[in-house]
Amino acid sequence: MAKPSDLVQGTLDLLILRTIAPDPMHGWAIAKRIQQISQEVLQVQQGSLYPALHRLEQQGWIRAKWAESETGRQAKFYSLTAAGKKQLEEETANWNRLSAAIDLVIAGA
Amino acid sequence: MRALEKIRMRLQMLLHRGRESDRLNTELEFHIEQQIAENKGAGMNAEEARQAALRTFGNPVALGEQARESWSWNGLDALARDIRIGTRTLLRSPGFAVTAILVMALGIGANVALFTLVRSVLLRPLPFFGANQLVGVFEAQSDGSVHDNIVAGGSFAVWQQHARSFSNLAITQPMTYNLAGAGDQLPEVVKAQAASWTIFPLLGVQPARGRFFAAADDRPGANATVVMTWGLWKRRFAGDPTIVGKNVRIDDKSYTVVGILPSWFTWPDPRVELWTPLYHERSPALMQMFEAHNFEVVGRLKPAVTIQQASAELNALQRQIRREHPDGPVNDAVNLRSLVDAETYDVKTGLYALLGATGCLLLIACLNIANLLVARSASRSKEAAIRTALGGTRLRLIREQVVESTLLAVAGGLLGLLIASGILQWLIHMREDIPRVDAIHMDGVVILFAMAAILGCGLLAGLIPAMSSRDARVLTALQESSRSYSGGRGRARLRQLLLALEVGLTVVLLVGAGLLLRSYSALRAADLGFAQRNILTMEVNLPKTSYSTGDRRLAFDEQLLSRVRALPGVQAAGLTTVIPGEGYGRNDVFTIREHPPLPRGQVLSSLTRFVDPGYFGAMQIPLIEGRSFEPGDRLDRAQVVEVNQELVREYFANEDPIGRHIEADMVFPGEALRVVGVVGNTRDEITHDPFPAIYYPMLSGDQRGVALVMRSFHDPSSIALSAQKAIASLDPQLPVSNVLTMEQILGQSSLDARFDATLLLAFAVLSLLLAMVGLFGALSFMVAQRTTEIGVRIALGARREQIMRQMLRDGLKPALWGLVIGLGTSVGVTRLIASLLFGTKPLDPAIFALVSMTLLLVAAVACALPAWRASRLDPMQALRAE
Repeated sequence: MAKPSDLVQGTLDLLILRTIAPDPMHGWAIAKRIQQISQEVLQVQQGSLYPALHRLEQQGWIRAKWAESETGRQAKFYSLTAAGKKQLEEETANWNRLSAAIDLVIAGA
Repeated sequence: MRALEKIRMRLQMLLHRGRESDRLNTELEFHIEQQIAENKGAGMNAEEARQAALRTFGNPVALGEQARESWSWNGLDALARDIRIGTRTLLRSPGFAVTAILVMALGIGANVALFTLVRSVLLRPLPFFGANQLVGVFEAQSDGSVHDNIVAGGSFAVWQQHARSFSNLAITQPMTYNLAGAGDQLPEVVKAQAASWTIFPLLGVQPARGRFFAAADDRPGANATVVMTWGLWKRRFAGDPTIVGKNVRIDDKSYTVVGILPSWFTWPDPRVELWTPLYHERSPALMQMFEAHNFEVVGRLKPAVTIQQASAELNALQRQIRREHPDGPVNDAVNLRSLVDAETYDVKTGLYALLGATGCLLLIACLNIANLLVARSASRSKEAAIRTALGGTRLRLIREQVVESTLLAVAGGLLGLLIASGILQWLIHMREDIPRVDAIHMDGVVILFAMAAILGCGLLAGLIPAMSSRDARVLTALQESSRSYSGGRGRARLRQLLLALEVGLTVVLLVGAGLLLRSYSALRAADLGFAQRNILTMEVNLPKTSYSTGDRRLAFDEQLLSRVRALPGVQAAGLTTVIPGEGYGRNDVFTIREHPPLPRGQVLSSLTRFVDPGYFGAMQIPLIEGRSFEPGDRLDRAQVVEVNQELVREYFANEDPIGRHIEADMVFPGEALRVVGVVGNTRDEITHDPFPAIYYPMLSGDQRGVALVMRSFHDPSSIALSAQKAIASLDPQLPVSNVLTMEQILGQSSLDARFDATLLLAFAVLSLLLAMVGLFGALSFMVAQRTTEIGVRIALGARREQIMRQMLRDGLKPALWGLVIGLGTSVGVTRLIASLLFGTKPLDPAIFALVSMTLLLVAAVACALPAWRASRLDPMQALRAE
């Protein structure tokens, strides 16, 4: 199995914001979801996930709420704030521009 | 929106930090549980699932730490932790903590008090609108021989008319008035200020009641008007609101009260209680003269005019005045000072010297604590090395050290603030003579200063030891401290440097204190030329109306003398116009009839005083030559004078003054006064050499201001009451003022010197004590560190004297270096206090020698005990202790 790619700082923020955009989610689910959707290519390290979540929360992009999880335990569910939605749009646009540019360079060289 | 969200988060993190911590743990546990559940789902048993989950998850504590680092206020968290650790460390050695806190408290307290004093008195602007545009104007000589001279009325008139630099100018003169008693009130002498009507608009003051003077009040023919201070109005007139417009009797004349000053107005000093219009009070002739210097001048600069521009303009005017009046004592220049500077000129050097001394004291205190901390960090170097080896960062260790010393500084500082407020109370009580003493209080800036001092001390005392521990040599430290051989060499050198600095500062303080003390004792021992024991003085001011003629004044003088001399307990009594020791008083120019005319522009000047025939005897001023005044030298037959030896020396070189004639047009216009005797010199300002003086006969009846001096057999204050009664029996309306013994008068004039010397000595002794403790501590520590080494050496046959000598040498080395540093610095620094010295030079070799000896002695005593202890070590025990 290939070594999972290290997520660039900032990219993780984008992934988290995108993942919780439709529904509020707790940390475990966010990690699982990213892994699933990326077909196991992106593995989020817990060591970076929780600091990132807390940082995003401190910055006001996401908001946390305690609620009962599917297993019946109290868990912390993260959801986007209005500012977070705007931030997600901006970062998505940035990412698209960047990856398109990289594609061009790779294809052209 | 997002800003609000952030603020909400910040508040939550600040207020519910504990809850958030719990929640973080719950969150991470939840994650692990999910992982365990998943692992179980994959077929592991419970224990395996748990192990695997923890493995993938990593260290939950470290993870929690990482998440927490993203929280706001994280620094605060770390600080709280360090403070906890610091407090615990300090509590473990309460002796050290208490000593350090006390030392800091003294240092910070003394500094805050002195800073408050300097700021309130010297730095804070006067409480007037646009106070930085207010200047004091003085006359001066362009050759520098005279400056800060009081101003002549004629010069002021010219300035006021022509100067363009000022939006306003005012002229004032201190006065005293007899305020008549009404009903059962006694008459009273009040200090007052006569001023041109422009003074209050210039200062920008509004009356609390009524109005201030108008130009029409400030003329010779106007109705007499007076403005009183809030204090006098409350005290003497019970705050009666109808007083405005009423008349009060002042100097036996009727004055209309036109206004009351606001309660905050205490300029130029709180003892001034009445204001009168100057041009109404003084004769028009006096106000036009260029020779008679009587007045103080205040100006308000126009916006954008600098003090230099104004000075240049006035200097040009004054030069012109001198060209037009080449004769007589007319100055040819001016000097300007900002008003605050002008008022505090006399006390400035003393206060700055004291502030410098307290600064030194604080520095010494810091160095001392730094030194103790270096010692402690040396004994804890093993701990530091182990922590470094385990991954503790250097920054972390430094931070802990600094937090620890800052804790000491904060505790010391809080205590210091209490001490400072105590010191200030005492200062205000002790030194009522300091200008603006009423303005002294702690304000925001002082608190800021205190905080800066606290932080500065904490940082200084913490950083020095922290920097001295180098983590690069972990291994060395671990090896070195595995045997109690000695503290690291670098550290030992650092401590010696600190001690040397401490000793050096102490030496500077000691030298300064020594010089001031010597000045003070020289001042006390100075031969003043008049009797000081058992002398009582009091002053009366005969009102112009009821004592309008020379006959009446003479009658009063003679009756007063005969009644006072008849009192039991009075040995001798006399009258004068200026009490010796109270300052120069009046001076005038004169010419000697028998001498050729002086070149243009040159004048002879002398002090002017009037005395009765009994005065010289009462004050025990010796008659050197000729005769004293006689009762026959009275009224029209009073054309005789006495001169002092200094006048003879200066103006009658190689010539017998007896029989010569003095012409002093300012005193007795158009008369030639025969010199009949020469009397001894008196020192009227004790810090200055005697000045030429001419004594005129009091029995001429010329003077209304009279000072009575009495010499008693015993305690002079015992005759005060009966003498006052004698005056009241002559004229019950006459208030008596300044009832003082000569000791009190001289005490007042040497107060500055004694005060500065005593305080500086206290600081010096304190720092000597600190230096002694520092030396003692350093050497004791060194001996303790080297116990094994010393034990080995004794066991190998080293003689005990040898050990003792070497220890003494190690301990005294920093003291010697400090002495050299201190003496060198003193040579530079003492020149700054030269103006405070009397009868001694800044480089007084005796003081320097005495200080050096004292310091060496104290250092030797401090080092003796630890050195002796080292030489008494039992080698067996020393080696076993390992």
